[in-house]
Amino acid sequence: MSDTLTYLGVKFPKPRVAFFELTSCEGCQLQVLNNEATLLDFLSLVEIVTFREAMSERSDSYDIAFVEGSISRKDEEDRLKEIRNNCKILVALGSCACFGGVNQLKNRFNDLNWVKKEVYGDFPIDTQEVKPLADVVQIDLEIFGCPIKKEEVEMIVTNLVLGKSITHPPYPVCMECKANENICLFELGEPCLGPVTRAGCDSWCTNHKRGCWGCRGPAEVANVEQLEEIMKEHGFSTETLLDRLECFGGFQSQVSDIKNRTKEID
Amino acid sequence: MKFTCDINVKHLTRVEGHGNISIKITNGKLEEARWEVVETPRFFEAMLVGKHWENAAYICGRICGICSIGHTLASIRAVENAFDIVPSKQTDDLRLLLKHMETLQSHILHLYFLAAPDYLQVGSVLPLAKTHPEEVQRALRLKLLANDMCDCVGGRRMHPTRTIVGGFTMLPEKEELERFRNRLTDALADLTAAADLFQSFTFPGFVRETEFVSLRGKDNYPFIGGDLISSDGLIRQEDQYLEMTNEFCVEHSTSKWSKLSRKSFAVGALARVNNNFKHLCPEAQEVADFFRLSPINHNPYMANIAQLVECVHVVKDSITIIDTLLGNTWEAPRQAVEEKEGSGTAAVEVPRGILYHYYEFDQNGRVQKADCVIPTSQNHANIYHDIEELATQCAQSGKNDKEIELLAEMLVRAYDPCISCSVH
Ligand code: SF4
Ligand code: SF4
Ligand code: SF4
Repeated sequence: MSDTLTYLGVKFPKPRVAFFELTSCEGCQLQVLNNEATLLDFLSLVEIVTFREAMSERSDSYDIAFVEGSISRKDEEDRLKEIRNNCKILVALGSCACFGGVNQLKNRFNDLNWVKKEVYGDFPIDTQEVKPLADVVQIDLEIFGCPIKKEEVEMIVTNLVLGKSITHPPYPVCMECKANENICLFELGEPCLGPVTRAGCDSWCTNHKRGCWGCRGPAEVANVEQLEEIMKEHGFSTETLLDRLECFGGFQSQVSDIKNRTKEID
Repeated sequence: MKFTCDINVKHLTRVEGHGNISIKITNGKLEEARWEVVETPRFFEAMLVGKHWENAAYICGRICGICSIGHTLASIRAVENAFDIVPSKQTDDLRLLLKHMETLQSHILHLYFLAAPDYLQVGSVLPLAKTHPEEVQRALRLKLLANDMCDCVGGRRMHPTRTIVGGFTMLPEKEELERFRNRLTDALADLTAAADLFQSFTFPGFVRETEFVSLRGKDNYPFIGGDLISSDGLIRQEDQYLEMTNEFCVEHSTSKWSKLSRKSFAVGALARVNNNFKHLCPEAQEVADFFRLSPINHNPYMANIAQLVECVHVVKDSITIIDTLLGNTWEAPRQAVEEKEGSGTAAVEVPRGILYHYYEFDQNGRVQKADCVIPTSQNHANIYHDIEELATQCAQSGKNDKEIELLAEMLVRAYDPCISCSVH
């Protein structure tokens, strides 16, 4: 394999890319392998030097590190710091890495001992409150989603390689959903977080008549109070809203606002 | 023979999740042989407590990226069993079709991307794209078919969108199913070629007798629900799963372990083929015969072949299911759900073996208790004791470090462990 990439007659150095996983389902990494149609083209863009799930070779010398998963143990903090030292660009891959993902649902009990006991009984097990990567090191780029969209990853990597800037859509999923001419799920009696969730997934779930659960976190302007009103009008409880808002960790501040408010009323 | 070796594999590659192998032999004497699981736990069973039932499958599907469909279907079935919901025949058919395609996708990923590189003496599938382009294209074609069908039936290949308690949010188009029927027929030829490739590999002749646990087939090769069976003669009902799993904690593993009649048992493709061989379709049995795989086979490396056999079975069966679906008019995609107090269990055969989900609900349909028993956690003890036996045999045979290390790695990979899943 040559170590440079030619694009429109211009030569670009082929970046050395590494994939890592912390606490996760490894689904986001798998999504990269899941793009059978373009996988080989994609692999010709970069030189993959570490990808434990797919290859035996490993290297500590790489330009771009994709890190999937959140932090839930001290050794993961150390590994992440080491990765940060080794790479030029650190990409948080997926909602676990960006916000804590589903893993952070255990934080809501504010009682790690109870959580441990519920699953392991009296067996000693090491764990801490789940954190996103940005709580430990500086992140250069976030790729949202649970799971990530493989087309988006390929697009982002291509832009990275070409040195183009990478921007996320500031508008909510609703915009994409309307452009896709879906019937709004609220009209079908289903709750949806599309009005407040960052777009970029091409309204993946609502295209399949499944309400959005907010896996990509808040859009730039996310009016959760207004969504609460819409939910109420359609007969959905605050609990239904909270289940979705707190599922992936992207709406943490909005969740605590609502929880504090309902506590005050109690 | 005074043979000495010291092997430490930290974070074994080409498996899902984090596990370590260590083998220490001094002067021909085995001192230590271990399979350690160091994955960080996620505590899904605690996460669910207090959550309304509709969260269960949505959250628990995220236990695993590779078998998210299996987890989703197991979770849904456990909720439906708790609420006494009986899915329609159409829903059952669509779920099985979806399940089959996950099996195909996962087995092909394992066979070509994770296992084959060892047999072709390379570190990953990447160099094979150059040296074996046709084979790699074939693997990608099969995986793409499976993934495309998962998109079509489940809405998304990973963390499916259309699968819900009560059925599906929407149904596939019949024209799509017809097109898939053609691609499935073509896939059979690809699988024959895959069998030829794997025929050219030399599988290690290692044998350690063990117990095999799976669903028990009545009229067909079982994937979703039904009785549980062990090759040592136990039969239990789905909701008696705890009698089959007997989970316990060990100090060198963040995953729980299981045991049954012996110190360990195995689940997965080999267990299913061993326990339900007669229910495989004739074409799948032919592939098994081709590799001299017949029940009960105690060579763990043959799990790769069992996966290949199952690929043929699920492709053939998917064609049959599509014919049934095309022959009927669509019914409503979903039925209404009425929550109630109670508990429900589901046993589902996912690619790596039998998976159980169990939930208890209060009268408002909120989870009081959740339990998920993962195939790989049931396999850990078996892997551990296999490595011990392998190392003992190696200590006598005087193989060198590299050979033993590779054999041990291949052994673990043959189980296709999903470690992060086992430490869920
Ligand atoms: S973001 Fe979702 S798909 Fe990605 S690793 Fe986390 S749980 Fe898995
Ligand atoms: S279904 Fe959801 S995303 Fe689509 S328009 Fe309605 S609220 Fe917005
Ligand atoms: S629709 Fe919502 S939940 Fe679904 S992928 Fe997009 S952001 Fe995530």
